[in-house]
Amino acid sequence: MSERREVRAIGKAGWGRTLGAGIVSLIYFFPVYFILMTAFKTRPDALAMPIKFFFSPTLENFYSVFWRADIQGGGATDSGFSLYFFNSLFISGTSVTLALIIGTAAAYAFSRFPLRGNDTYLFIILTTRMLPPIIAIIPIFVLFRVFGLSGSYTGIIALYTAFNLPFSIWMVKSFFDDLDRDIEDAGRMDGSSEWNVFRKVCLPQIYGGLAATFVFAVILTWNEFLFALMLTGTETRTVPVAIARTIGGQVGVDWGLMSAIETLFIIPVVIVTFLLQNQLLRGVTFGTIRK
Amino acid sequence: MTTTASSAAALAQQDQGGRKAVGFIGWILSPERRGPLLVAPAIVTLFVVNIFPLLWSFGLSFYEYKANRIAPPAFAGLANYRYVLTDPEIWVRFGNTAMIVVGSVALQLVVGFLLALLFAQEFPLRRYLLMLILSPMMLSLSAVGVFFKLFYDPTLGFISRFISLFTTDTFVILSTPARATIAVVVADAWMWSPFVMLLVLAGLVSVPKYLYEAAEIDRAGRWRRFRTITFPYIRSLLLLALLFRTIETFKIFDIVYLLTEGGPGSSTETVSVYVYRLAFQFFRTSQASALGYIMVFAVVVLTSLYLYAIQTRQTEARA
Repeated sequence: MSERREVRAIGKAGWGRTLGAGIVSLIYFFPVYFILMTAFKTRPDALAMPIKFFFSPTLENFYSVFWRADIQGGGATDSGFSLYFFNSLFISGTSVTLALIIGTAAAYAFSRFPLRGNDTYLFIILTTRMLPPIIAIIPIFVLFRVFGLSGSYTGIIALYTAFNLPFSIWMVKSFFDDLDRDIEDAGRMDGSSEWNVFRKVCLPQIYGGLAATFVFAVILTWNEFLFALMLTGTETRTVPVAIARTIGGQVGVDWGLMSAIETLFIIPVVIVTFLLQNQLLRGVTFGTIRK
Repeated sequence: MTTTASSAAALAQQDQGGRKAVGFIGWILSPERRGPLLVAPAIVTLFVVNIFPLLWSFGLSFYEYKANRIAPPAFAGLANYRYVLTDPEIWVRFGNTAMIVVGSVALQLVVGFLLALLFAQEFPLRRYLLMLILSPMMLSLSAVGVFFKLFYDPTLGFISRFISLFTTDTFVILSTPARATIAVVVADAWMWSPFVMLLVLAGLVSVPKYLYEAAEIDRAGRWRRFRTITFPYIRSLLLLALLFRTIETFKIFDIVYLLTEGGPGSSTETVSVYVYRLAFQFFRTSQASALGYIMVFAVVVLTSLYLYAIQTRQTEARA
């Protein structure tokens, strides 16, 4: 793709602007930086006042994310976080893959073979996504209990697949809409089958878009809290829920530990944000605004 | 691109050899059914996992039902809605939500707009600095809730410490309703201002260059140039940002739930948090559903406004 990867700009400014924007960015980013910093501090350093900007970093917190020292002595026990990270990855990966396959088919149809009432379908699909999740959770919570799905992978993956579907459909449709129709029409003119037009002409042109959609949806699912809070059990718990449980109700929260968990949780997100800059606008508006 | 075009002819030849399917398979695969066939899996999934449960709870909102009782639902007509609409407690929650929405969205618009102006031009390292600005938007709401819980911590949090420099008492977010509300607003606005910034940037980039050149010739002042050239181009995007953020902030749950749990008292309890409490702490399932459907109505109205604004913008762009 010849598209540039940065967010587009008008005109040029010099290093003076870099300085100004740099200061603002650092202030804006400070909350995240503070967490990253705390994650590498020893307990006394983390609690020190005023804030210590220079300290000798330690990996102790990261170690205790996964293994807790036993109070009675003896070996360190598994804190369960390796399972929670695995769950987060597995659940979001599987559900997004499913949503993307089903969604791409639907998006192609919505874009190329409009149904009667195409816009109405698209509106309803978007609306299911815009609704407050709390509304959906009430019936789903009850129905999951009835069908014995709460706490199972099947249940949460099915739910997240549906949760990602509207996003995938709108995003992928926006990429299909952007394509130049002349190329595929040329293919049709030459007698190529519709399947081949889709598979060998349209699809290869939006691989970049599909990748962006995939990563975006994975992040949205990775971050999701409420559904996970209500519908996962000890075996299927995801990281956001585990974080909330670690902090909830305790008097003395171990902020170094919390920051280490958060750091592991957000680092992939920050990297992806950097790589996806150009698609960010499209992503956060579900493909409704492209440029 | 060129390779796909040239290979089209080759593909075509390969297809001519294929046989036409007959019978039921042929009927189902015929060109007229192509659209519905491709859409079907998506619609079925959405219906089973999303729409059916929603309809079920819509039905439930007309019954008297508690999820923790065995008693079967009893028909109650509009009683739940009547209860929800006349309960002053619920109007307090709507008031809290409105306060947070107005405060946060206004702050996002201002900060996002200023950030966009700062980043409108190309300058060295812009791409890397943008990463720093844009990442809060991609973080999880729950992570941000936890972050700010730390920052507002009266002994450890740097925000609390900073504010305490200017006040006589230590800053405890749950000490007054105003503080708690501002704390939630700041956390939410910090996270979502970059969103507004991205939209405004998109608007700034779309202004045709020749308009500025013409203004240069007319010696239009800076303010005048902004008001007559730039602003009309970003107006529609600001409206979109306003609508989108209003919808999203209206639903605010995670940040409030983690940061204040609705306190002190119920002064930051938003409608979403209240629905959660009604449904899962008081087990007034059907009343929670009724209140939920009032929210659904508001969101549906706002979403159609949003899509309408998108369409208007696209027609404007084409004209």
